[in-house]
Amino acid sequence: MKARVYVTLKNGVLDPQGKAIHHALEALGFAGVEDVRQGKLIELDLADGTPPAAIEDMCRKLLANTVIENFRVETV
Amino acid sequence: MKSAVIVFPGSNCDRDMAVALREVTGQEPLMVWHRESRVPDVDLIAVPGGFSYGDYLRSGAMAARSPVMQDVVRRANAGTPVLGVCNGFQILTEAGLLPGALMRNANLSFVCRDVDLRVENSQTAFSSRYDAGETIRIPVAHHDGNYFADDETLDRLEGEGRVVFRYACAVNGSRRDIAGIVNDAGNVLGMMPHPERLVQPEQGGTDGRRLFEGLVAAIG
Repeated sequence: MKARVYVTLKNGVLDPQGKAIHHALEALGFAGVEDVRQGKLIELDLADGTPPAAIEDMCRKLLANTVIENFRVETV
Repeated sequence: MKSAVIVFPGSNCDRDMAVALREVTGQEPLMVWHRESRVPDVDLIAVPGGFSYGDYLRSGAMAARSPVMQDVVRRANAGTPVLGVCNGFQILTEAGLLPGALMRNANLSFVCRDVDLRVENSQTAFSSRYDAGETIRIPVAHHDGNYFADDETLDRLEGEGRVVFRYACAVNGSRRDIAGIVNDAGNVLGMMPHPERLVQPEQGGTDGRRLFEGLVAAIG
């Protein structure tokens, strides 16, 4: 099985990289971009039957820093 | 005073730290590789600057989970003084020894220059040789020094006198211009500026030396 872990910055945490991307999009002439937040996508190849709780544990212990980041897991 | 410097793949201020410790304590520090599961019996553990594990995932994230750090956390919780500089500060926050996180500098640029710091608390083991309110000049060299913590944590840090060093002017977007903090017990200090780079006049100044002298005075 595969799991996709989306790691995003929490609301209220400034995202200077997102801001720079936003400015670059505007500089390229794209109108209507109201905000940009940059995150990470981590793909895990897992043994079949890996319990969701184990994946969540991986996220809390390493993949996300929960001081500044949220995570969301999608199993495929 | 016996000291140890933790060395990770990608550490690049480990030898500067060792020179500073040797110079001020008069004893050769032990260099401890990240694969070790135990730090020798020492009076001070230094987690140096650099780019441990290439800053993969997040600065300090991989190093914080390395075998040696499990023992550093145990020793810190048992009261051993721990000094984390630059990447060392990032590692200590990732390891949960210090609150908050260090994010990409607000203007996205790597900052490498001398900065003015205000000593906010001179009552810690790390800062006793400075005067509270004194301005010192210490170099910074980092990309991820933008200190973040929520308002409640920041209020608590300030209320408890745990902000030890503050940038005199904004350097990297750090909330409330925080440059260095201590843990609740006061035995763990993390700071982005590099005191180990200023211990001899030949280095352009000695403002960093007093941090190590304070430790020698506190620890013996």
